[in-house]
Amino acid sequence: MFARIWGLVIKEFLSLLRDRKSRFVLIGPPLIQLLVFGYAASFDLNHLPYAVYNEDPGFASRDLLGRFQGSRNFEQVATLTHSREIAPLIDDRKALLVIHIGPHFTRDLLLHRPAPVQVIIDGRNSNTASVALNYVNGILLAFDGDWAAQAGWGNPPAQLVVRAWFNPNLLSRWFIVPGIIALLMLVVTLLVTGLSVAREREQGTFDQLLVTPMTPAEILVGKALPGLIIGGLEGGVISLVATLWFQVPFSGSVLALGIGMILYLLAAVGVGLMISSLAVTQQQGLLGVFLFLVPAIILSGFATPIANMPQPVQYLTLVDPVRYFLVILRGVFLEGDGIATLWPQYWPLALIAAFSMTAAAWLFRHRMA
Amino acid sequence: MNAQRLRRLVRKEFIQIVRDPSAIAIAFVMPVVLLFLFGYGVSLDARHVPVAMVVDAPTAETGTFVGRLQQSPYFTPLPYPDIHAAQQAVMAHRADGILWLRNDFSRALLQGGPAPVGVQVNGVDANTARILEGYIQGAWENWLEQRALDQGTPLVVPVVPDTRIWFNPTVRSRDYLVPGLIAVIMTLIGGLLTALVVAREWERGTMEALMATPVTIGEILVGKLVPYFIMGMGGMGLTVALAVWLFAVPLVGSFWVLLVFSALFLLAALGMGLLISTVAHSQFVASQVAVIVTFLPAFILSGFIFDIHSMPAPIRIVTHVIAARYFVSILQTIFLAGDLWGILLTNGLALLLMAVIFLGLTWRRSHKRLD
Repeated sequence: MFARIWGLVIKEFLSLLRDRKSRFVLIGPPLIQLLVFGYAASFDLNHLPYAVYNEDPGFASRDLLGRFQGSRNFEQVATLTHSREIAPLIDDRKALLVIHIGPHFTRDLLLHRPAPVQVIIDGRNSNTASVALNYVNGILLAFDGDWAAQAGWGNPPAQLVVRAWFNPNLLSRWFIVPGIIALLMLVVTLLVTGLSVAREREQGTFDQLLVTPMTPAEILVGKALPGLIIGGLEGGVISLVATLWFQVPFSGSVLALGIGMILYLLAAVGVGLMISSLAVTQQQGLLGVFLFLVPAIILSGFATPIANMPQPVQYLTLVDPVRYFLVILRGVFLEGDGIATLWPQYWPLALIAAFSMTAAAWLFRHRMA
Repeated sequence: MNAQRLRRLVRKEFIQIVRDPSAIAIAFVMPVVLLFLFGYGVSLDARHVPVAMVVDAPTAETGTFVGRLQQSPYFTPLPYPDIHAAQQAVMAHRADGILWLRNDFSRALLQGGPAPVGVQVNGVDANTARILEGYIQGAWENWLEQRALDQGTPLVVPVVPDTRIWFNPTVRSRDYLVPGLIAVIMTLIGGLLTALVVAREWERGTMEALMATPVTIGEILVGKLVPYFIMGMGGMGLTVALAVWLFAVPLVGSFWVLLVFSALFLLAALGMGLLISTVAHSQFVASQVAVIVTFLPAFILSGFIFDIHSMPAPIRIVTHVIAARYFVSILQTIFLAGDLWGILLTNGLALLLMAVIFLGLTWRRSHKRLD
């Protein structure tokens, strides 16, 4: 029996790695995706293009604007001399925000009067706008504190000092890169298993497979193993790149990550085989992969937190294997988790894996005829 | 170009589409699924963030501060008896942060300097942590201001920011995510589906059959373009209708302008899909390549979710060859800001250029040859 399964596994690998293009497609894209995602997918903003419209001749406005010039989050692209110029600059996206300082800024400050600073910001991408405003407020707060201390405005209001755990500089990359491991493992496993039976059906070789002495269970295992092996290898390589290239700290237990990976791959392979046994053509298989993949990623907490979703959608995320694996990845990488802490993630993942494998086996047997 | 032959080819394509309903599903079911996911599921606006509260010595002042947090829609304060219990709550993901009002809270308040409040946030999700930080800072300043007002000595802050957020004053993330999604959906139809159907003809051997007929290569290409162009525009119409009527996203600009630029983008996406299919003759390879060069960039590199300015320079250069980048900018502008021709014309020109290049390259590279 093992010899037969092994034979099928070898055949699967041969058909996957047969020609140069397929080989490349299994190795190249995940690496490209990892690099592009790792560098591009970030909510941290820098080089935000801004323009200055300063009507105040005094030194206080120069001091304030100097703080923007010194920040690597901001990059000045224009100096305006008239309020007419503001709208076209923002409309054409030449500048994300315009800082407008009125003519009496320094005078007001010297007279101990509150001095307004107008900030006009392009809200077309509301997340960028909110984050950029946070940066602006940070600079204004620091200016306030220094000014109040120097000019004797009395005790400045008590300042909050915030300390961040696990990710002291709040780098989004540390959050996104471990998530990419889950994403790419899922993509490759689903594509390998989800299209494999459909391809054989389309090319007519599935009937040949059926007349061999192999039992349906053996065919199923033979189809499952390549997905497991390729997904596992890819997961390992990407984890290495994440720590060595992207310098994401790995503070937890390797064994805990390994257990998580195996359970996650089993769940993914089960889903892939379910799609495979339902799809008659590769196009249907691909549609199935997409219909599972996109919601699974979007509802997993990969880019946006589950806690922000409406309650009914949050219940839906409970059946999403990616959700649990993401907690495992981030826990192992950043929070230093071991097997004991991750138990609440393992058992739902194991349950999903058991269910999807059983369902795949059942579907497989009933769609063979 | 023979009109009759072309008509037959288009008819053949439509019959194939109807026979395998998965094509229709990609054009019309996927948009609805994506819209619902993004309209309801995805939000960057954090609300009711669980924060562990530790109050060492309850006084009237700590009471008003905690009360203020309880009223805020942004927080759900969870009381914990001491800092260790609170830290365990963060470790177990029951709370995203800790606010620790130390026992000298009321006394130290009067002295200025660092606040007698320990704020700790779980930084794993850096974006949420930063938003939470902003919320806590805001709540703290509001409370200080209110307290000063109650004591009859209004707080004087040197610089008063006066913020105007244009185009989306309520900063609703749905208003920019849903329009951007139109680019992703049209990429799916134009790039992925088209690449797949041509590869299918190669894989099944029907391309050989087609080549044995008198149809020219131009007719084959146009015969593929027309049906998927119609489906792409249909998918776009459906998405716009749902965006405006179901998700109440404002459409400030004109629908007809949107239609024209969408058609331009769709041509570029179709050109990309056809170009992929001239390289990849198997559906597996075509699907992988299409996902890598059209679908994922439309998501990640287009400015749809992630800000292009903040990307490293090499990646920023790469985004210039992504058609979706220009279209996302057009979409966000037409929906939220109106028909601003400065943006529309420059980005539209880029789309036109890409459509011409991709379709031209496809035409040059396609031969009636079997290799």
